[in-house]
Amino acid sequence: MKLSLEKRQTLTNLWLVGPATLAMVLFIFLPVAIVAVLSFTDYQFGAKTFNWSWLDNYIKLFSSSIGRRAITNTLIYVAVVIPFSVGFGLLVAMGLFRMGSWAPRFSNVLKTVYFLPIASTLVAMSVAWQMLLHPSLGLINQVLVAFGAEPHNWLSDRGLVLYTLSMIGVWSSVGYNMILFLAGLAAIPSELYDAAEVDGAGSSWSRFWTVTWPMLGPTTLFVMVITATNAFRVFETVATMTRGGPAFASDTLVYALYREGFVYFKAGYASAITMVFFAFLLMLTLLQFWVIEKRVHYK
Amino acid sequence: MSSIMELRDVTRCFDSNTVLDHVSIKVEQGSFTALLGASGCGKSTSLRIMAGLDRPTSGEVLLNGRDVRGQNAYERNVAMVFQSYALYPHLTVAQNIALPLTMRHLSNLGRMPLLGSFVPGATEARRTIMNKVVDAAKSLGLEELLDRKPGSLSGGQKQRVALGRALVRDPALFLLDEPLSNLDARLRIRMRSEISSLHRLTGKAFVYVTHDQTEAMAMADQIVVMIGGQVAQAGSPRDLYERPVHRDVAAFIGHNAINFLEPGDGINVGDSIVGLRPEDLTPNTAGSLSAKLEASEYLGSEIMLSLRSRRGTEFRAIAPGDYIVPTIGSDIRLAYEPQRVHLFDAVTGKRKSGVKHEAVT
Amino acid sequence: MKPTFISRIISSSFLVAGAAVILLPFVWMLSLAFKPRDEIFSTSIQLLPSRLEWSNFIFALTETNIPLFLWNGTVVVLGILVFQVMFAVPCAYALTQRRFLARKLIFGLVMIALMVPFHVTAIPIFLGFAQVGILNTYWALILPFIPTAFGIFLFRQFFAQLPSDLFDAARVDGLSETAIVWRIAFPLALPAATAFAIFSVTTHWNDLFWPMIATTDPNLATPPRGILYFRDEESGDNVGPLMAAAFIVTAPLVILFLMAQRKFIQGLASGGIKG
Repeated sequence: MKLSLEKRQTLTNLWLVGPATLAMVLFIFLPVAIVAVLSFTDYQFGAKTFNWSWLDNYIKLFSSSIGRRAITNTLIYVAVVIPFSVGFGLLVAMGLFRMGSWAPRFSNVLKTVYFLPIASTLVAMSVAWQMLLHPSLGLINQVLVAFGAEPHNWLSDRGLVLYTLSMIGVWSSVGYNMILFLAGLAAIPSELYDAAEVDGAGSSWSRFWTVTWPMLGPTTLFVMVITATNAFRVFETVATMTRGGPAFASDTLVYALYREGFVYFKAGYASAITMVFFAFLLMLTLLQFWVIEKRVHYK
Repeated sequence: MSSIMELRDVTRCFDSNTVLDHVSIKVEQGSFTALLGASGCGKSTSLRIMAGLDRPTSGEVLLNGRDVRGQNAYERNVAMVFQSYALYPHLTVAQNIALPLTMRHLSNLGRMPLLGSFVPGATEARRTIMNKVVDAAKSLGLEELLDRKPGSLSGGQKQRVALGRALVRDPALFLLDEPLSNLDARLRIRMRSEISSLHRLTGKAFVYVTHDQTEAMAMADQIVVMIGGQVAQAGSPRDLYERPVHRDVAAFIGHNAINFLEPGDGINVGDSIVGLRPEDLTPNTAGSLSAKLEASEYLGSEIMLSLRSRRGTEFRAIAPGDYIVPTIGSDIRLAYEPQRVHLFDAVTGKRKSGVKHEAVT
Repeated sequence: MKPTFISRIISSSFLVAGAAVILLPFVWMLSLAFKPRDEIFSTSIQLLPSRLEWSNFIFALTETNIPLFLWNGTVVVLGILVFQVMFAVPCAYALTQRRFLARKLIFGLVMIALMVPFHVTAIPIFLGFAQVGILNTYWALILPFIPTAFGIFLFRQFFAQLPSDLFDAARVDGLSETAIVWRIAFPLALPAATAFAIFSVTTHWNDLFWPMIATTDPNLATPPRGILYFRDEESGDNVGPLMAAAFIVTAPLVILFLMAQRKFIQGLASGGIKG
């Protein structure tokens, strides 16, 4: 028997939308619910049962020195990466944008170079960085010594390691920000610069403050939020170069979640770390939506 | 004879918005029906319901006398030409025209690019399809363009391809949604006669949506005037021109906008509104209607006169090309034939029949 | 115009210096990969090798599992991409070109899913896969990434711009909705699909987090995971081959990037709206 048109339409919709929706529920929404529940238990991977531990996992995370370390390290990392990555991204973009008018080829070559880290495999590049920062064989220390400066244990000095990682974070993200800024710069109508010049803002310095900066404001906000969201997820460099060490000096939220959950199998505790990480990112994402909205209105 | 497509008491609501309000339209076998109306009058929705792209909220849709509300567009075997042409940008002209046939005559497997050639019968089917495509292309003068992509075609060429796509599949009914409105004026007139000859060639019923009364008058043997989601009048072009049932229909039909004169303007028939077309009103010293001449436009074969009645109503009349126009501002007299006068109810706008009018001088 | 000339010199030299810093690890990686053993372990400054030593590459390609890692990476990345497209495109099409009751709800779900980073779902998915017994399989590496809210969102944006007449015409021409998706909508969305493919492939080729969790079998390691296995086995002795391996692993994407820069930048930049 032939189904009625309405039923056939419904089946078609189900056939088109169903698989993706089911997959989203199965692999996104259900896991989020489960991880939220697990964060209130003492569940361990492989265990048959669990007990409700309510807020214990969260209390442990925020009161233990290791837990607090992971949070503050992540925040420091983000706080260092944002200004440098966004600042350099803006400077490079402005430089390349202006160079584009008198040496477009060379400007494009440089753009490619700056974008290269985004396209390459971060783990492989981390291995390369590790060799570059090697205490005795690395180029960086060799050069420092040659100039008579102190060599450093970039990746095994507790006070230094987090900043070393942050700089690698800047290295890997500056090209991305440059691209976003270049798009922003290209969108500024050139008449505005003409108008500024007529109005007496002749030097490049004052043109920057009267035109470029105000017009790029929304882009800058957007770039900052994107940089922060990506920086919060830092994992590859940590897992490759330091494994959170030495003595948890470079431990971050995602690495801690990996270690507690999948090395020590403390599913409950790792879930709590996950939830805290999620909360930070949710705030950033909401901020991002708000910024995108704002950027659209600005145009 | 029998009707090929019939909408019977069709109502279509979108949320709280009634787009079609108890619409009944009959399309006779082999006829050329124009759905005429301003934008938003429901003519396109009617067409989409005929096509099966939209469904009535209530009412029946009959194709060949059978209720087809349970059938989608494809099962109804109707062809449709869209205002935007709706050509597939990634396919060549030949592929665009062939697509409906490919879907009909080749199995899923047979349609596969390479594998398809191994399916029994697929090669022959492909050949038949190609022949039909070439035939259709020839009849529309598209042979040279078969390998081009739509993006590189002119508007007129695109329109032909869209017609070709409708033509190849031998549908029960052709539906055309303002197919000429994106073309320039000269091309439009040429395509008009091409569509008319296609209609004669196929012998199939055409339903043609347009907002241009000239197109409708020129091509259709039945015009359905739609106003505000309702059928205002359906009939032959001559019917509509000579006996409009409503003042709105009268206002829509005719090359020159009809004049509406109110009581006191010179032609008094009770409290009726008098409709009189400019072409039915000529200067004549013995005429019964007098008005002040405000402007004149010389158009060669005729002269368009802009007039103002005693009461101040503007209206127009047409004088023959050799008419000697008096000085602007002077009063002139105009004559008309009484049977050319349309009377409409002042309140409802409906045509009044059987009321003899008397001119007041 | 002397001042512009000077300012150009200054700004270009800064840009070149910055580019040099960006290139430094690449140069060092290649340099070590080509250096003979004794030059690697010398403490004197030597930016470039004195001669090209190919043995490191030969070692990486023949004595290690690097070719296997590349194969694993290819299987996983293409598997993910194919399934993502198969799931996301019909959904995005229905969300834009069909009207049905749950449409808004499902689009809402997509927008919410866009905010959930993968890391958040790792623990439950790991638990589930352990239950089902598919940890340490290709499926474990592919399945979690099939629902791509980002992909649905991207395709939806694209389909929303296409005229609905086109799809009505296809319906009249006798195409089923599935046929419309794959014969009309998808071919038209090729620019969006390319951007998405580049985004998806780079993300999953470079991912370390999930492969580290879902597989413990070195034979299933994707390239980044494999590099770490290799490094940890050799415990710092075989720097030359390690650098050669690192280069080999990152080369496919970099070459792709150099060949199709515009597409690449567009694809990866579009990831910006993803949470």
